Amino acid sequence: MAEWESVKPENKALSWFEERLPVLSLMNNVMGPGTPTPRNLNYAWNFGSLAGLMLVIQIISGIVLAMHYAANTGIAFDSVERIMRDVNYGWLIRYMHANGASFFFIAVYIHIFRGLYYGSYKAPREVLWMLGLVIFLLMMATAFMGYVLPWGQMSFWGATVITNLFSAVPVVGDSIVTLLWGGFSVDNPTLNRFFSLHYLLPFVITGVVILHLWAKKVSDSGNPLGIEVKSSADQIPFHPYYTIKDAFGAGVFFLLFAAFVFYMPNTLGHPDNYIPADPLVTPDSIVPEWYFLPFYAILRSITFDIGIPGTDIIFIDAKLLGVIAMFSAIIVLFFLPWLDTSKVRSTKFRPMYFWFFWILVADMALLTVVGGKKPEGIWPLLGLIGTFYYFAHFLVVLPLLGKIEKTLPLPESISNSVLKPAE
Amino acid sequence: MKMIKNITVALTVGVAVSISAMAAGAGKHPLQVEWSFDGPFGKFDRASAQRGWQVYKQVCAACHSLKYFRFRNLAEIGYDEDMIKAFAAEYEVAGDVDDFGDPTTRNALPQDVFPSPFANDNAARASNGGALPPDLSLMVKARHDGANYVYSLLTGYEDSAPAGFDLTDGKYYNEYFKGAQISMAPPLFAGSIDYEDGTEASADQMAKDVVMFLTYVSEPSLEKRHQMGIKVLLFLLMLTILLYMSMKKIWKPVKEGKNFYED
Ligand code: HEC
Ligand code: HEM
Repeated sequence: MAEWESVKPENKALSWFEERLPVLSLMNNVMGPGTPTPRNLNYAWNFGSLAGLMLVIQIISGIVLAMHYAANTGIAFDSVERIMRDVNYGWLIRYMHANGASFFFIAVYIHIFRGLYYGSYKAPREVLWMLGLVIFLLMMATAFMGYVLPWGQMSFWGATVITNLFSAVPVVGDSIVTLLWGGFSVDNPTLNRFFSLHYLLPFVITGVVILHLWAKKVSDSGNPLGIEVKSSADQIPFHPYYTIKDAFGAGVFFLLFAAFVFYMPNTLGHPDNYIPADPLVTPDSIVPEWYFLPFYAILRSITFDIGIPGTDIIFIDAKLLGVIAMFSAIIVLFFLPWLDTSKVRSTKFRPMYFWFFWILVADMALLTVVGGKKPEGIWPLLGLIGTFYYFAHFLVVLPLLGKIEKTLPLPESISNSVLKPAE
Repeated sequence: MKMIKNITVALTVGVAVSISAMAAGAGKHPLQVEWSFDGPFGKFDRASAQRGWQVYKQVCAACHSLKYFRFRNLAEIGYDEDMIKAFAAEYEVAGDVDDFGDPTTRNALPQDVFPSPFANDNAARASNGGALPPDLSLMVKARHDGANYVYSLLTGYEDSAPAGFDLTDGKYYNEYFKGAQISMAPPLFAGSIDYEDGTEASADQMAKDVVMFLTYVSEPSLEKRHQMGIKVLLFLLMLTILLYMSMKKIWKPVKEGKNFYED
């Protein structure tokens, strides 16, 4: 573990306070000069701080929205339109919040794929990785419930489809669904509890983020070479080097974010959500937000029961199997540190894994497309193939690859590799 | 090198995905019109929006409601206060109960919502052969490519359905509508309106104008959003350039291989 470096401020009042509550020392050890960090981090390492910034933006914009929003099925849609039309800069706050959710997921997805590419999940960072997955799961729950709040057609029907999934759970399924609904269909009690939880969960996420950073402090940042820090020459202080680099990255990311908020605010959303919820009219196709599509595709790709062929005996029916597949797609990531048997972390030195990594990215992209299509024609088959490959990647390819792949020689040290001796 | 390889692979994947995403699509694609509100500098065409308001209240308002539109919003498409008061006063709305507890009516005021033509959805259905004319205040945002869609729908009626098409009684053939048959009779006919500004009221002109108006009603903050966006983007761009230059400067010793911690 990295050493703990206390701060001793010159200022009397400050140092009086610091002795009693060492906040400055805490900051110093998370992102200050007292946090030695590998000197070779590339831009893939920017997305953690970006995700953190998006969380802050979501919480601030969300709290302002909550001042004007009314969680009641009769007026929820109207209250959002009031925000858009009559609240000063309400349109800005709402577009920031709605697009902010997408950009939060963009940051987190890149952050996760960074981890897959550079083997960030391997020892000693397994717990750090798993805490990240917990954050990811909580984000999905938060975003799902947030999307229900404006009470448009997609809000209502999305909520109906997703909550209904739980009825596939044996024995207690129906009770779970009744509990989620607070009644016998998606209705006012559902909206109320979703609002309550949508307000709560971001703060739970904040708590897990603190644990995530704590675990990062213990195991230190990894780096693109995936080798251990050998000497202090391999490291530079976090501040000012990575603070300024993160700030620059944030500038670029916010430029893109602002382009969406101001010029394409509804591009990532679905037009049907500007139609008030109507339990009597089912939309043409019910599609979740883009960031759920790969998992939605996995859910829908399973259309067969598991049982004894030629008999009526069914062990697991298609619906339950789909739900299991969807959840397993994320659960499997918790076991990744042990499924990947390669000793080498970084893809830089894994010529075969390089290709499998990109095939996985392509597979996720394919599943994203399939998730957005009606299950007709070629799409269900592509979804099934995509789902099959997704699990094969983690359960078959990774365990075997570690055994058969000839990895490239690792460099001596970070400083040796990045600092050319001639200079 | 590895970086370039990565980027190439990522691009290939991206292109493959977007091609497959474009391959599928349903319904007749709306005609593409050049709107004054498109693009980062886009604004509403005031004259067109005002004509559109005239089309709206003289034609569409007979069947459709406009729940989120208040008369005072007309200020933003260039009407002054007196005109807005006069427009509002043409309509009657429910007032407070009188001293005897009986309902009253009064002339509408600028802060009132544009009154619905029907008391409730059932009444609206009853007068429209069972079909409900939807509220139009968010229509442009509630359909894919909304402005072009509404324009195409209004101008896309055909006199007769193609041979073999089973057109239900009381419905009209329009390929832009999903299923190609719609319960709304063609609402716009050349010359059915006398434009106050003397513009010739062709069906095409009226369709464009009413879409201009409805786009404004769907997204009243569009102009403010566009203007603020330019400032925000310029600010962020400058900030990002500054941060980039600071980063280059601060990182110089690192790039030169300085060791910050003595062993
Ligand atoms: C005679 C009554 C009537 C008038 C006048 C009328 N409409 Fe409609 N409109 C309807 C009905 C009924 C529907 C529902 C059609 C259906 O669901 O088949 C409808 C539907 C629509 C739709 C929704 C189509 C969709 O995708 O669901 C739009 C947009 C629309 N009207 C625009 C207009 C505009 C703009 C005007 C004025 C120029 C107008 N309407 C005038 C009766 C009318
Ligand atoms: C993890 C962080 C958060 C995420 C990912 C998130 C996501 C979302 C999403 C996707 C929507 C639907 C937006 C739309 O289409 O209109 C939404 C709405 C909403 N959120 Fe959040 N949110 C977060 C945090 C918060 C917080 C902390 C609050 C504070 C109370 C909040 C309050 C609201 C309210 C009131 C709405 C309804 C208004 C609207 O739909 O615009 N959110 N949220």
